[in-house]
Amino acid sequence: MDKFVQVEKVGMVFDTKKGRFVALRDIDLTIRQGEFISLIGHSGCGKSTLLNLIAGLTLPTSGVLLCANREIAGPGPERAVVFQNHSLLPWLTCFENVYLAVERVFAANEPKAKLKERTARVLELVGLAHAMHKYPNEISGGMKQRVGIARALAMEPKVLLMDEPFGALDALTRARLQDELMKICEATRATTVMVTHDVDEAVLLSDRIVMMTNGPAATIGEILEVDLPRPRERLTLAGDADYMRYRSQVIEFLYAKQSHPLAA
Amino acid sequence: MTAVTVEAIKVGAGKTAPLRASPPPAPLKLAGPSSTEQNAAAMRAFLAAVLPPFMGIALLVGIWQIATMNGGSIPTPAKTWEAAVKLFADPFYRNGPNDQGIGWNLLSSLQRVAIGFGFAALVGIPAGFLLGRFATMSRMINPIISLLRPVSPLAWLPIGLLVFKKADPAATWTIFICSIWPMIMNTAQGVMRVPQDYLNIARVLNLSEWKIVTKILFPSVLPYMLTGIRLSIGTAWLVIVAAEMLTGGVGIGFWVWDEWNNLKVEHIIIAIFVIGIVGLILEQTLLFLAKRLHTES
Repeated sequence: MDKFVQVEKVGMVFDTKKGRFVALRDIDLTIRQGEFISLIGHSGCGKSTLLNLIAGLTLPTSGVLLCANREIAGPGPERAVVFQNHSLLPWLTCFENVYLAVERVFAANEPKAKLKERTARVLELVGLAHAMHKYPNEISGGMKQRVGIARALAMEPKVLLMDEPFGALDALTRARLQDELMKICEATRATTVMVTHDVDEAVLLSDRIVMMTNGPAATIGEILEVDLPRPRERLTLAGDADYMRYRSQVIEFLYAKQSHPLAA
Repeated sequence: MTAVTVEAIKVGAGKTAPLRASPPPAPLKLAGPSSTEQNAAAMRAFLAAVLPPFMGIALLVGIWQIATMNGGSIPTPAKTWEAAVKLFADPFYRNGPNDQGIGWNLLSSLQRVAIGFGFAALVGIPAGFLLGRFATMSRMINPIISLLRPVSPLAWLPIGLLVFKKADPAATWTIFICSIWPMIMNTAQGVMRVPQDYLNIARVLNLSEWKIVTKILFPSVLPYMLTGIRLSIGTAWLVIVAAEMLTGGVGIGFWVWDEWNNLKVEHIIIAIFVIGIVGLILEQTLLFLAKRLHTES
């Protein structure tokens, strides 16, 4: 399918105590099935707002969003979200956290044993088979984030939405999870939209990088097609000329064309 | 020294390399002198924790002794102690409905509190959930709560007598009334304070209302509910004494009033201590429960 997620003339206005705040205007974006899209921009540019709109957690004040030709009228399990702060329920084990999602999506058609198998399999996929029955406060930040990703993947969503999934992690853990995510996305062919402010992360993972202008009234500034062959290898790309070119294009957009609002 | 040892074990465990190469003997040598030092420190900490409360109680008894030494209507600590020993020698006697041991009186008061509180929890917790979850409901009910909450529960006693035609359920009714407000308010507060992240999960997963209540709302509201329970039981224990003074029958409040009529002042003082101790135990038990719950989640 060529136009899997369509964002058409979307604007978002918040009514705040200080009056109307225009967060987004004139957003037009079409996402193909299986594509990996990054949303990048300075903080306050509304990239998370756009992600929440695709998730259906908020509804646009103007324009329309479609997923598989149906209007996005609210959140649903076919558009799974990985939250920035993992958002695991602390009173459930990792297994139970994922099972809650699995149960919701597949319980109608599958017996319990199958649901448990699914849960175990997806936790294995993110490398957490050994920590399945631990509680979130017993595992590290990186492991929690992996459970969050497992929970989203377990739903076999049409679209995987990630809001700075690795933002709170240290650089080494982040790199490892990026590699894992690339493998998972290649294996599952998930259509993915990721919010990030990490240039390397965006270039390494994305098919296209959507660069957003500074808020308020932010919109899409440029879209960069990242035409690097897959599977991508962090080490070989580090010295690759194309990789460097893409990287500097993003950096130029962020720091020359859209210099940081505080620096201006 | 210890840190180095731990490091060595970590590295060893990773590679399954020989672990027993360098056994750490040093901590054993250090153990001798440091353990007596530790004991002394523990002793000091223990004294610092126990001594001040003990001194406080001694001060209270001392003032009491000085105030009552020269006679008067209030008995001295020694006389009260004597009466207490006699009283607690046989707390569970029964000489007809109006003359029973202090144990029976205490138990029937606790029973009334339990029943009144139980009904309050049964009504108050679901009501709190509804109020916290649905804004319209909360706007509808909140004015009523604000109006009725400041009213002394004893003002409801005549209504209870009128409806139930008996003293005993009327006392339980006042307990119900005074317990229900903290239950509703705290539960509703807890429901409203459920982190938005958790509710977002519920929305993305499209969970059923039943799952939202059992898997997300109930566990995150539980600490608030326990606070409500603690406040409710505290107030209930305050109110029961007054309610029983008015209704009579068997109960610690009635007992106090009865001993006043018999002019056994030392028994009244004993009752004050007993009521205080029972209240303290109730409070501490619930605090302990809350703490247990907190560490588990």
